[in-house]
Amino acid sequence: MKTQALKIDREALLAQTLRGEFPDARGRFGPFGGRYVPETLVPALDRLEQGIRDILPDPAFKAELDLQLRTWVGRPTPLTYAATLSQRWGAEVWLKREDLAHTGAHKINNAIGQGLLAKRLGAKRIVAETGAGQHGVATAAACARLGMPCTVYMGSIDMERQAPNVGRMKLLGAEVVPVTGGDKTLRAAIDEALRDWVSDPNGTFYILGSAVGPHPYPYMVREFQRVIGVEARAQMLAQAGALPDVVVACVGGGSNAIGLFHPFVPDTEVKLLGFEAGGIGPGLGQNAASLAYGTPGVLQGCYSLLLQDEHGQVQETQSVSAGLDYPGVGPEHALLASIGRLGFAAAEDDESLEALSECSRYEGILPAIETAHAFAGARKYAASNPGCRILIGLSGRGDKDMPTLQRTLLKGKT
Amino acid sequence: MTTLITTGTARPRDSISAAIKSTAARGRPAVVAFMTAGFPDRAHFTHNLRAIAAEADVVEIGVPFSDPMADGATIQRASFASLQGGFTLTWLLGELAAMQPRPQAPLLLMSYLNPLLAFGLERLPEVARNAGVSGFIIPDLPYEESADMRAALDRVGIALVQMVTPVTPDARLRMLCSASQGFVYAVTMTGTTGKSVAVPDEVLEYMDRVQSMSPVPVCAGFGIRTAEHVMRMRGHVDGVVVGSALVEVLERGEDPAQFLRSLKS
Repeated sequence: MKTQALKIDREALLAQTLRGEFPDARGRFGPFGGRYVPETLVPALDRLEQGIRDILPDPAFKAELDLQLRTWVGRPTPLTYAATLSQRWGAEVWLKREDLAHTGAHKINNAIGQGLLAKRLGAKRIVAETGAGQHGVATAAACARLGMPCTVYMGSIDMERQAPNVGRMKLLGAEVVPVTGGDKTLRAAIDEALRDWVSDPNGTFYILGSAVGPHPYPYMVREFQRVIGVEARAQMLAQAGALPDVVVACVGGGSNAIGLFHPFVPDTEVKLLGFEAGGIGPGLGQNAASLAYGTPGVLQGCYSLLLQDEHGQVQETQSVSAGLDYPGVGPEHALLASIGRLGFAAAEDDESLEALSECSRYEGILPAIETAHAFAGARKYAASNPGCRILIGLSGRGDKDMPTLQRTLLKGKT
Repeated sequence: MTTLITTGTARPRDSISAAIKSTAARGRPAVVAFMTAGFPDRAHFTHNLRAIAAEADVVEIGVPFSDPMADGATIQRASFASLQGGFTLTWLLGELAAMQPRPQAPLLLMSYLNPLLAFGLERLPEVARNAGVSGFIIPDLPYEESADMRAALDRVGIALVQMVTPVTPDARLRMLCSASQGFVYAVTMTGTTGKSVAVPDEVLEYMDRVQSMSPVPVCAGFGIRTAEHVMRMRGHVDGVVVGSALVEVLERGEDPAQFLRSLKS
């Protein structure tokens, strides 16, 4: 690789991380993050940053968000003890049930948060991207609730494999625009949403769904998703009587993972473990595992770890999971991984589908294919750490995945 | 003002301002012509570049990137085709270095940041200078993130051009104009490259404002496609950037020189 290996002071960055100093004033998580956008977007990002500073701590805004989360999203979501998986894996397995949040995944926490913020900032119209369709559905639902027009960009490949979510978005009143350029998946959808936003940076608000993009997005998304980890940490203490030994989540861009992990970062005795989409193998183009196989670079507004060739061209990814099928990862994950606070590995397509099947069959919960990567990883971790207490982020439900599951797990079983 | 560095040679970046100013002084906006490197194919690159450089006052060579978020349909299409055809920055710089004689018009590279980072900031400036490159335009590198790049290019006197837009607040506009080297790239509208514009009066007023603040020449870009657009800008800017329209000429296999002459008539 021509891309220089990063020279970082791990100890110093870890100390700063534990003190909660990131992002810094320049929107950096150590070396990662920043704001690499066309000049047209700079004033809009400045306004957004100022808006976050003024509005997020405002008690009236907090009360409004809290009301929506309790009475519309259905928070707090439960913590479920997975008795059969515990027995099968020889571990103590707990599930944080974001699949029970309104619209079926954690995405709604961020969508309603940003939607309320957009309204406060006077936005006339919302744009969003979506991969698996969960962020698109969540944003469409939030916009319907708040009375704002909504346009969602979605790769044409994803529209096919997540067809049920396309219909849901339309019923919720959103315009769904197929993206046929680029890789026709999540990355191309983000490029297209950015192009839309560049055309009207004053009137349009871009609700980005993952913990990626230019500052302040990774920070804002984390703040709206932290509720997952805050609840889970308190629920573990109340229901399990202790913190978990390890917290496991799937990582694409990383919004559910950072939301779950962040409140546990200072608990250094708790391991954090992220599982990325291993696709069909470790080669470039065979997976979407940026922490595992990526190198530093700039994509879609931030400096992070990317799947790219030696010439800095971002590579196409492969994964059975549309929501993890992205060649980059949030800058905070890149930092946590590079300083050793976050462990990571890739779970391949086959083992993830098998884990999905196991969770469905033995816990009566059909997880999303994205989420299944966390189950595949947790199961492997339990095998080498018998008796450990595991908290898994059950980020979403798998109803949307039926077209893919018909073609894979259910093939020949009808 | 002629600024000479200690060795007595002019900095490459000064050639850009000089070329734009001398045309503007003759009463018409300078034409900054944009072409996507390696498009329609790599084999005809130097041939097309020569034809374009013979008519244009400055040439902007687009470095294809997998995620051209500031570009519209035409340049996206050209970028992907060029990458499919095996484009690399190393190839481009090699072709430019080997061109004999060198094109008269100053050359700039327009590139997203990541291909430049992958090439390596420690060797990019010298290799680019040896290839005859006088400046860079990096659409996803705002001023606040540009310190390393600016310092690297400064070492060899290569320009880093700043972009300004109709939504840039006045204080920032002034800051960007004084930071820009070679020229200021004044984007005519919010949006991506390639859309056609009618050039309303507000755009001309905005261009006048940029002109009044800028110590370097001002070139308007995005959506400039016809001789009428160019003439409408006359007196309000020192130059115009013509991109997508020229790339479409190349895509159709037409003569780029003839198209550029038509813009100047």
